[in-house]
Amino acid sequence: MSLPLSAPRPAPAEPARRRVNSPVRQGSWTPWLYLAPALTVLAGLLVYPVYQLGLISLLQYTQAQVSGGEPVTFQGLGNYAGLFSDRQFWEVLSATVLFAAACVLGTLTVGCALAVLLTRVRAVPRLALMLSALGAWATPAVTGSTVWVFLFDPDSGPVNRVLGLGDFSWTYGRMSAFTLVLLEVVWCSFPLVMVTVYAGIRAVPAEVLEAAALDGASQWRTWRSVLTPMLRPILLVVTIQSVIWDFKVFTQIYVMTDGGGIAGQNLVLNVYAYQKAFASSQYGLGAAIGVVMLLILLGVTLVYLRLLRRKGEVL
Amino acid sequence: MKLAVRTAASLAAIAMAGTLLGGCAPSASGGGTQKDEKSGTLRVWLFREVGNKPKERVVDGVARRFEKRHDGVRVDVRYIPVDSRAEKIKGAFNDPASAPDLIEYGNTDTAGYVENGGLADVSGEFGEWRQARDTDPTAKESVTVDGKVYGAPLFVGVRALYYRTDVFDDLGLEVPRTLGEVAAAARRIRAENPDMYGLAVGGAYTYGAMPFIWAHGGKLAERGGGRYRATIDSARAKKGIAAYTRLFGDGNCPAAKCAAMGGNDTVEAFAAGRAGMAVAGDFNRKAVDAGEAEGDYDVVPLPGAERGSIAPAFAGGNNIGVLKSSSHRTLAVRLMRELAGKETQKQLFDAMGFLPTFTDVRRQAAKDEPFVEPFVKTLDAGTEFVPATPGWAEIDAGLVLPSMFQQIAGGKRGVGAAAREAAEKMDEAFAE
Repeated sequence: MSLPLSAPRPAPAEPARRRVNSPVRQGSWTPWLYLAPALTVLAGLLVYPVYQLGLISLLQYTQAQVSGGEPVTFQGLGNYAGLFSDRQFWEVLSATVLFAAACVLGTLTVGCALAVLLTRVRAVPRLALMLSALGAWATPAVTGSTVWVFLFDPDSGPVNRVLGLGDFSWTYGRMSAFTLVLLEVVWCSFPLVMVTVYAGIRAVPAEVLEAAALDGASQWRTWRSVLTPMLRPILLVVTIQSVIWDFKVFTQIYVMTDGGGIAGQNLVLNVYAYQKAFASSQYGLGAAIGVVMLLILLGVTLVYLRLLRRKGEVL
Repeated sequence: MKLAVRTAASLAAIAMAGTLLGGCAPSASGGGTQKDEKSGTLRVWLFREVGNKPKERVVDGVARRFEKRHDGVRVDVRYIPVDSRAEKIKGAFNDPASAPDLIEYGNTDTAGYVENGGLADVSGEFGEWRQARDTDPTAKESVTVDGKVYGAPLFVGVRALYYRTDVFDDLGLEVPRTLGEVAAAARRIRAENPDMYGLAVGGAYTYGAMPFIWAHGGKLAERGGGRYRATIDSARAKKGIAAYTRLFGDGNCPAAKCAAMGGNDTVEAFAAGRAGMAVAGDFNRKAVDAGEAEGDYDVVPLPGAERGSIAPAFAGGNNIGVLKSSSHRTLAVRLMRELAGKETQKQLFDAMGFLPTFTDVRRQAAKDEPFVEPFVKTLDAGTEFVPATPGWAEIDAGLVLPSMFQQIAGGKRGVGAAAREAAEKMDEAFAE
């Protein structure tokens, strides 16, 4: 097989163009003036909340401070110190990372496999698959989670009856509970991957695929050597998005394991933050957890963008 | 010139950013108005119970009478859902302008609300109130924080042992008189009826588990030097924890199902005929009567460790308090006394089955309605309360005790290790 696997690099920009004396050059404030409305909205919607989050994470800020029972005091990094010395935080963090990784892997695998399948089947089964995927996609997370818990109920759930599991309780063991939630998360988030990748595959020129087929490439080989490189930008976007989604998973864990499972065995970072910030009104500590999550996700995204740029591709 | 403009603009931008940052500290509400108006609208928030109509009728009567006696005063009563009460009440504390003057609140929340600065100190008025002399001591403790009174008890709720008379008759079982006998009867029931739990227990049913700790002489925490210290890992407390967690298993209530259950789940199991016994409250009667167990059960006080003793129960219940931000303090306190007074409590007992907090009213109630007798007996035998400190709210929300019971019930940790960890977490919360 001899296919150009990487896209041609864009020619270097002509240096001459930069020297053109455009009217913009004279008032270098003009572009900012035009950008100002958008920037103001962005700052209001993004920067300000993050700023508040960071600020609250540095304060002793519980219900007593909010309702005026005690004065607000500056704590410096006290909330962070408390958080990092809490063994449960590290356990929850590692569980979250592993769980999110498994979810991302599962979602991408199922999504991509079904996307390829979509291109190989006739119109009617394709429509059926599309509709059922859209159904899963459109189901609100709380509803989906509740239905899954019903399906896997030890006493009356059809799944146990079909599989002959008797009254096996899925939510009792740590691994089985995480597995159950993982299945639900994959179920409700694969459609986005599937639809996006399917659209990507449709945009691949037919002759490329035909050439691969003529060369005798297997389905797997075509996917790995032809489609993956061509779809890389799309795959990167859905991966980043899945990472962010699955790292922040809340509803599924909260509903299916009843707020974090038996003795908190199924806590993930977001539910843990909720427990700290809202259930026990330690808003400062909750904000600190939020900042940590933000930094982790920013880090993951930046590393990803970095890798992208190094490979000469732009998002 | 150009440079000057640019510098000025930058400076302006920096200055503006500075003001923005300075003005953006998270909000904290101030002390609020300290007016004491003698007319206007008194706003009251009460909990919306299941089947709330009878409660509304009683409260309406009180409100109309109050309006008749006070010219130019209107009483506006709202019923808030129990599930979202925490958010509502937090909101009321944060925004005094739209807050009510009087609220009903769960008695385990007292210390937290006081720390939040939400409730008014009514020690003086409570002391002068003649009826309050008959208030039972635990109920008074539940409105008291650091020696000051922050409201009036409205009713108490207490749990006892429900058991199935038909099942006990079939198996020729005697009504258990010690906790050991309860466990033995539970195993027997399970052995003979494998579809049934002997005694329905729940890993998340803190208030059902506490009597086991107290019956063995253990305490959750003890106060010393102005501060609470967890004693959940003391030898006696551990004995009680072990007695409770031994009930999880195939011989009574399989951990795979029961570890995750809370109080309502155990009551539901009993009501549906899936349990031979359950620890449930006087307030659960309607739920049980709505199920299959109706007519086939009886209630006795949960026995203690020794024959003839009663396990100390948790004295739950609700109080009525005046908000610190109220601009009608005098009127609000007067209305509080009416709403939580003997006459109203008696009517509420007849209408809703709420157990009165006045010992004399309660004794009369037990005479009129035999069902409440075991509960009154339990109350008279002495009850216990959770540590009256804001730290308790955090322990409760952090699921410290349920986690402990669940770890032991699931066989993940021993009693010693789990209790020690729970004690550490409790001490951390007390220290804050």
